[in-house]
Amino acid sequence: MSLENQSYTLRVNNKSLDVQDAWIGESLLYVLRERLGMPGAKGACEQGECGSCTVLLDGEAVCSCLVLAAAATDADIRTVESIGDGQTLSDVQQAFVESGAVQCGFCTPGLIVAVENLLTHNPRPTEMQVKEALSGNICRCTGYGRIFDAVSVAVARRTGVSQ
Amino acid sequence: MIYSPKSISNAVQILQDDPDAQILSGGTDFMVEVNFGHRAPTSVLSLRAIKELCTWSQQDGVIRIGSALPYAQMETGPLAKLLPALAQAARTVGSPQIRAAGTLGGNLGTSSPAGDSLPVLYALDATIIIATATGERRMAVKDFMVGPKRNALSKGEIITAVELPASTGYQGYSKVGVRNAMVISIASACLVHNPIDRSVRLAMGTVGPTIIRASAAEKWLGEECDLASASSITPAICAEFGRRCGDESQPITDHRSTAEYRRHAVSVITSRLLERCAAS
Ligand SMILES: Cc1cc2nc3c(=O)[nH]c(=O)nc-3n(C[C@H](O)[C@H](O)[C@H](O)COP(=O)(O)OP(=O)(O)OC[C@H]3O[C@@H](n4cnc5c(N)ncnc54)[C@H](O)[C@@H]3O)c2cc1C
Ligand code: FES
Ligand code: FES
Repeated sequence: MSLENQSYTLRVNNKSLDVQDAWIGESLLYVLRERLGMPGAKGACEQGECGSCTVLLDGEAVCSCLVLAAAATDADIRTVESIGDGQTLSDVQQAFVESGAVQCGFCTPGLIVAVENLLTHNPRPTEMQVKEALSGNICRCTGYGRIFDAVSVAVARRTGVSQ
Repeated sequence: MIYSPKSISNAVQILQDDPDAQILSGGTDFMVEVNFGHRAPTSVLSLRAIKELCTWSQQDGVIRIGSALPYAQMETGPLAKLLPALAQAARTVGSPQIRAAGTLGGNLGTSSPAGDSLPVLYALDATIIIATATGERRMAVKDFMVGPKRNALSKGEIITAVELPASTGYQGYSKVGVRNAMVISIASACLVHNPIDRSVRLAMGTVGPTIIRASAAEKWLGEECDLASASSITPAICAEFGRRCGDESQPITDHRSTAEYRRHAVSVITSRLLERCAAS
């Protein structure tokens, strides 16, 4: 079977980025990491199960491993690289560090995107809503307790409510 | 080649001109196959840009849901009020990331007996709207799915929408799996009570080659109780109804569960759904 290639442009973190001569079946995860030099989104399962590849597509958290990159040319794509400025941490990132929610760190970028997305849509989530929102992100190290702590810290700081 | 048409008529034309083009909706089944080398598309028709497929509408008690509307939009809000069982089923699909992308068109396209929207479509006697080269055809969902991962869609056709009646009485969805999030069902069921035509409709998933309507159990229940209201449904009737639904299931043993457990599980959830109906 002849595999077809195509060149196209993606809009990632407000920048237009050209992808040259790529196989049309490549996932957004692969294109971000291997062609565009953005290794923030992590690949583990490549079947939507772990959430470590989570990015925002038109403002919704999705698994980039399940997005066909060449079909996302009209989408607004935001990766974890757009959170924080590369020098200082965002409030959610800071809360993760302080709460000990980062151990091996492999799940962290996906969780940061998922938490940012949750707090954008719902600034004061209940405990159940936090668990629900993060149910697509697997962490093999922390046992989740410290991740939920980090979310509480970030919520408290953003809403100005002391814990 | 990637095609991203903005209209259904363009999309149908593309499939005429390039019959190898594979239809892509949310990608949550499609891309798993690509990533694992089970599917190698040479051209893809993406439905993402066809706005008409990503909306829903309501007219004269009929709700029309575009085939590319993601589950996330069925979980809460006005659509969830009109179709509570669909909302419950949608909430059980995968994770928030999967529900932001996955669609009814894709669930129908894949036609897995474990597809969570499918028992709801069967219990509501949904109509599938299909765009063809010559226009449109409508098909009852029970004629659409013909076996595990097999359906009546022909090459060149696109599922455009699903039509369902708005709820008139209790309706509910229930699913058994090894955990709450991110789980393919071991058994599932949808129950719909319609006090106006005095019926209870019950469809079961993952316990047969297609979704199964428990027609004999439905009929038995209609003879036991006056279904103009749910008040005459007793606990004993619920238990017997569940047992009869289990009898009508055709489960198999596979890597997820045994046939015995599936039959037991589907009896329990169908009897529980009827209990919830009685208490509603
Ligand atoms: C991690 C994970 C968890 C999941 N959990 C669940 C679950 O709990 N319950 C469940 O039911 N499913 C689950 N799924 C499967 C999947 O999400 C659903 O089947 C979903 O409905 C597929 O929709 P999609 O839009 O992503 O389809 P796609 O992947 O885009 O397409 C699926 C198939 O349908 C065809 N198709 C799509 N749209 C159309 C159309 N309009 N006309 C004709 N053909 C079409 C495609 O060509 C393809 O063959 C899960 C998947 C993953 C990756
Ligand atoms: S790599 Fe995408 S969800 Fe695991
Ligand atoms: S910190 Fe290691 S997987 Fe989460």
